Amino acid sequence: MMSASAALLDEIVAAGEPWLGNVERGQILRIVDLEGNQAVDTLFYNAHHYEERYSAVDTIRAQGNIYLTTGTQLRSNLGATMLTITEDTCGRHDTLGGACSAESNTVRYALETRHMHACRDNFLLALARHDRGLSKRDLPSNINFFMNVPVTSAGELHFADGISAAGRYVQMRAQMDVLVLISNCPQLNNPCNAYNPTPIQILIWATG
Amino acid sequence: MVSESQRAAVQVSQAATPLWEQALQQGEHWSGVLRRGTSLRIEALEDGANVGAMLYNFESLLERYNMADTLKAQHTAFLTAGCVCYSDMGRILCSITADTCGWHDTICGLSDAALVTSRYGASRFQEQRNDFHKNGRDSMLNELGKYGLGKRDLIANINFFSRVTVDEGGALRFHAQHCRAGDYVDLRFEMHTLVLLSTCQHPLDPDPHYHPRSVRLRASYSGPAPRHDSCRERCSENARGFHNTEMMFLT
Repeated sequence: MMSASAALLDEIVAAGEPWLGNVERGQILRIVDLEGNQAVDTLFYNAHHYEERYSAVDTIRAQGNIYLTTGTQLRSNLGATMLTITEDTCGRHDTLGGACSAESNTVRYALETRHMHACRDNFLLALARHDRGLSKRDLPSNINFFMNVPVTSAGELHFADGISAAGRYVQMRAQMDVLVLISNCPQLNNPCNAYNPTPIQILIWATG
Repeated sequence: MVSESQRAAVQVSQAATPLWEQALQQGEHWSGVLRRGTSLRIEALEDGANVGAMLYNFESLLERYNMADTLKAQHTAFLTAGCVCYSDMGRILCSITADTCGWHDTICGLSDAALVTSRYGASRFQEQRNDFHKNGRDSMLNELGKYGLGKRDLIANINFFSRVTVDEGGALRFHAQHCRAGDYVDLRFEMHTLVLLSTCQHPLDPDPHYHPRSVRLRASYSGPAPRHDSCRERCSENARGFHNTEMMFLT
């Protein structure tokens, strides 16, 4: 067990907040679901060439499986491995469900939900504040750590109750220097956060 | 006052109005604009066809097909007749109004140069002229570049005519016998849409030979979605998606 006191970074991200930070090649990134059933919408960019970024479909194709867990290589849009998941006490994570947005909320729930806070607003604001030219163009399909989106053999897709619990975490080793963009999901209209968005913890170690 | 039967007759004659037609060769990549109210039929000319597709709002290229929003709004992991293709802005790029093969993949992405080279060997124009091996990602980058777009604009695509199912553990299974020559899918465009297509093989196609298949495109005037429409009425989500889309075209 790696100790939090040895971590380079140990930060709590409040429910509904974005987080943007760097993880260098070889470093270890851990995301902890502190209170359980919290979706953590996440994107990665090559820290030196932002045009290279996480690709859900390349990750799925390369491993022949839709769920992310220990051993999954998170692939870029250019086919490179960006990070490898090395520990996972949750069991599996989603990369088909995407991020909620004000606009998609109007479709999924009701036109009147447009005012509600959403992950893609978090992403857009974090990228705008970052001031390095990243924008809406740079929001491909993301990872939803701790989120449970089962697909049946008949091709049905559901947003199901979470399989995560308080204290469960996912840990990955960076295979390249990456910029990490997170939205600690504020969705209140489906069970992805158990209707109660909660804080997460982000830890980075120099090595694992 | 136009009667219902007259309106129906107008719709039938409009549906039958062909605009243009062209074949796409094996491995060809293509792009073009389909206006709101036009429909595009993509027809497989050979068994085992696959057509990779990316869609962008032609009036605002930042608005583009969103795989996740499309799947979760319709509670499905694949596309078929009755489904619509959502943009990332809660609007509908196109509706799937007809489909003879029943399943189109949108979760497996495209082939790339590394995959095509490792599976089928090296291949260059110098030796093979226009039969040199194409791959899905480079084909899309080629077409994206014609509109000032590039790697940042590579999105999760659709693979028309390909069926990939998922088992209980999440493992993918490619169904090789899915598409037959003559199968077609009809897309009715609900906004002015930039369409990028590649006829490269699906990345999970187990065929040991490099063997992309040809397809035919046929555009016609259909009008946008009528008030009573199987795509609009598939689910309440789609009714709201059409509402959002039509707001853009009110004058």
